[in-house]
Amino acid sequence: MNINLTLIGQSITFALFVWFCYAFIWPPLINALAARKKQIADGLAAAERGEHEQELAKKKAAEQLKEAKGQAADIIAQAQKRANEIVDEAKDDARTEAERIKLGANAEIEQEVNRAREHLRKEVVVLAISGAEKVLKREVDTKAHAATLEELAAQL
Amino acid sequence: MSGEAQTAGEYIKHHLQNLTYGKFPQGHEHAGQWGFAHNAQEAKEMGFMAIHVDTMFWSILLGVLFLYLFRKVAKTATTGVPGGMQNFVEMIVEFVDSSVKGAFSGRNAMVAPMALTIFIWVFLINAMDLVPVDWLPQVASLIGHHVFGMDPHHVYFKVVPSTDPNATFGMALAVFALTIFYSFKIKGPIGFASELTLHPFSSNNKILQLVFIPINFLLEFVALLAKPLSLSLRLYGNMFAGEMIFILIALMYGGGLALGIFGGVLQMGWAIFHVLIITLQAYIFMVLTIVYMDLAYQTGEEH
Repeated sequence: MNINLTLIGQSITFALFVWFCYAFIWPPLINALAARKKQIADGLAAAERGEHEQELAKKKAAEQLKEAKGQAADIIAQAQKRANEIVDEAKDDARTEAERIKLGANAEIEQEVNRAREHLRKEVVVLAISGAEKVLKREVDTKAHAATLEELAAQL
Repeated sequence: MSGEAQTAGEYIKHHLQNLTYGKFPQGHEHAGQWGFAHNAQEAKEMGFMAIHVDTMFWSILLGVLFLYLFRKVAKTATTGVPGGMQNFVEMIVEFVDSSVKGAFSGRNAMVAPMALTIFIWVFLINAMDLVPVDWLPQVASLIGHHVFGMDPHHVYFKVVPSTDPNATFGMALAVFALTIFYSFKIKGPIGFASELTLHPFSSNNKILQLVFIPINFLLEFVALLAKPLSLSLRLYGNMFAGEMIFILIALMYGGGLALGIFGGVLQMGWAIFHVLIITLQAYIFMVLTIVYMDLAYQTGEEH
């Protein structure tokens, strides 16, 4: 181990290497590292923001869903109400119609009955007169007793 | 083992000798001329005017390799998804950056790149220790013999620059110079001088204080010098000891089959353990450099 010029040579070499490293190697590398660090930090922040937004969107969607469900329930309730109303209206209409038809039918029956009664009355008058003729053995003057007969017939 | 009739001692000595290029001293047949030292004695006699070619070669090669790889990544660094190599480089950069942020409180854009350079460079240099001890020296001696026509015994080749104190001292000296420079710059000459002379003993009594100043200076100056010394000697000592053990294990390959196999297992075990040491030493060198720079930046501290 002799100390000689190598000592100075090594010192100079070392200084040159350090200078080169200082000038050309360290800055680009450390800058790249810093830039990447920033990128990653930004990315993480963005991801967090995205997550937060998603959370908000989820909440909003749930709210909207709830609202929509409420609206749907309202609409269904209204529809049901309206349907009931329609049914009731239809029932009422049907009832009045039936009433009307029944009234018409009753009137007709009445007329028919009256007509039959009239007919029967006339028959009865004829029968009664003929019966009376036979009893009295003489002709009954229909014209003379017309008023009486009419009165009789009306009582039937 | 290189050479035919080499004793164990010669083998070890051969491995511990740097390939030295220098000025031959007075009294040598080539006095005043520059050339490779043929043996340890000659290398020693060359004194300061010599250079360890192997140390310089490997440290520069590995340093350039480091700079090339990292520069390549730095040029194409994207902020998007990093590829394999970029991932690896970024991991190291991040690690160094967090170490610097944790230990260095001042504001100096140079400390982090310096820490990175130290960490990777020292790690690569230390990692050369894991290459089997005879491979590269053997290649070097073949090249020396066939290309340069040298005696293969005279081709010394130490592969691990951190087992050469010149390399570790060189780095530590550069760091030391920087700490001195920044101490002057941040604290000013007076602040720096007072740091060296007014601690650890101080008194309100003026006369007593005058007596304390030389004592303080002695203590603080030794502490100051101890920083680069311990920084470099720690790395050098660890790597030298590790290398020595590899050399001793390599000696076993000449002792028959059984000893050879045992040596192989030992070498593997030591290499696995050594991976930890080389990484740890690189890390320690880096952290201590950061700490020394931090000390240079601290002003008005209370002991």
